Amino acid sequence: MTTTDIIVRLVLITVIFLITLVIAMYSTYAERKVAAFLQDRVGPNRAGPYGILQPLADGAKMFMKEEIIPARSSKFLFIVGPSLAIMTACIGSAVIPWGQTLMIGNYALDLQVTDINVGVLYIFGVVSLGVYGVMIGGWASNNKYSLLGAIRAASQNISYEIAMGLSIIAVLMTTGTLSLREIAAQQHGFWSHGWFTWNVFKQPLAFLIFIVCAFAETNRAPFDLPECETELVGGYHTEYSSMKLGFYLFAEYINMFISSAVMATLFFGGYNFPYMHHLGLSANWVTILGVIALFIKIFCLIFFFMWVRWTLPRFRYDQLMDLGWKALIPLAIANIVITGLVMNFIK
Amino acid sequence: MEALSNKRRVLEAKPMTFAERIYLPAILKGLSITLKHFFRKSVTVRYPEQKREFSENFRGMHSLKRDEEGRERCTACGLCALSCPAEAITMISAERKPGEEHLYREEKYAAVYEINMLRCIFCGLCEEACPKEAIYLDGDIVKPDYFRKELIYGKDKLVEAPLNQ
Repeated sequence: MTTTDIIVRLVLITVIFLITLVIAMYSTYAERKVAAFLQDRVGPNRAGPYGILQPLADGAKMFMKEEIIPARSSKFLFIVGPSLAIMTACIGSAVIPWGQTLMIGNYALDLQVTDINVGVLYIFGVVSLGVYGVMIGGWASNNKYSLLGAIRAASQNISYEIAMGLSIIAVLMTTGTLSLREIAAQQHGFWSHGWFTWNVFKQPLAFLIFIVCAFAETNRAPFDLPECETELVGGYHTEYSSMKLGFYLFAEYINMFISSAVMATLFFGGYNFPYMHHLGLSANWVTILGVIALFIKIFCLIFFFMWVRWTLPRFRYDQLMDLGWKALIPLAIANIVITGLVMNFIK
Repeated sequence: MEALSNKRRVLEAKPMTFAERIYLPAILKGLSITLKHFFRKSVTVRYPEQKREFSENFRGMHSLKRDEEGRERCTACGLCALSCPAEAITMISAERKPGEEHLYREEKYAAVYEINMLRCIFCGLCEEACPKEAIYLDGDIVKPDYFRKELIYGKDKLVEAPLNQ
């Protein structure tokens, strides 16, 4: 690795980090607008035209609020909690292929921070780390509601990680690789050999299980029990105030963005779009259009997340566990078996 | 036991069908309903810019009236303060001096007349009690303020504008 490589990587990391933060910021705005439109309202419209400065106003408000650390909390862990939550949310973006190779002069720039050959496993590792931020924060608050929220988050995340992992195994059986870049490359174009190339058409059941688990992993409705305000005040962030609370809320939106990006890459062809090599454009233009296509897919998935949140009521806790253990895990295992049989006897 | 009416129905809990048990059709139905609302016009009235019409008997801010010659009608009898269930009205009366006949209609007038808008419940009993037709709740909505003392309205805010101006 040359010095140029290192500088380019650092620039790429910074750009992706900034894009992540901006998208997370505007997801809060989009969430409120989507909620408003689904309920025949207007939504935030006072800060700037159509309220587009609302995230900045919210951020400023978060910084101005009084910072309260409860006297009986474990102070160190109380601060570590939100930091860990936002850090684990951010590092998931490292292995996602944002586009193909961009040629700048003679330099080939891969639009991906690093292409490790176990990308999918890395994503799972980061996802399972994500629960620590919530757990540590909830435990360190020394508050019964926070603790209950943290326990819920931990058991929910662990249960749904199993179904998520099993659902992805079926996909990995067809792709035969763990590298996200190769998985995206295999879904080239839209149609080949008489069938769609995107994994969602090859593994629809796996996608369904995966998206349900993604809802549970990001603590989004209808599985937002860890922070369910009707029962647990604020759940694991009951005692948090000021920007530490902001970090938790922000981490949720970053998680949503990253999981949408993972889903777009795994199931919706990542940066691929129909007719990408029949348009007669140069390689660089195809790459740029591919990045745009990926972001459109991500935004559609984020919208789906919000749409579901403002439609479905929250699950009861035993229903949540029932769904995870008695429905999704057997389904995922059945999906693996069927995929194996089909691959053996048809191909 | 015999039924009291023929409206009695025995409901049986039917086992859920497969489509009901996998939730998905119901979820898709719900999602389609919310999506329909997504494209519907919002019902919000954007209040400060856009106002709804008030009803005819809307009771808003008080105004102290003048007669046809522009003199204040209030004679500081105190009936409005007496009738006020929220005890929002206070006044100090004064005697009209010679040469002030063009200002005040009666020999006695209110030198200070204050309504505490934080206490007022806009019931309109002061309006009903007034024998001189001097007070009416025919104004706009009372604007909020950051300070309590700003919401105790004196004569400067309550008395109608003079006639020839």
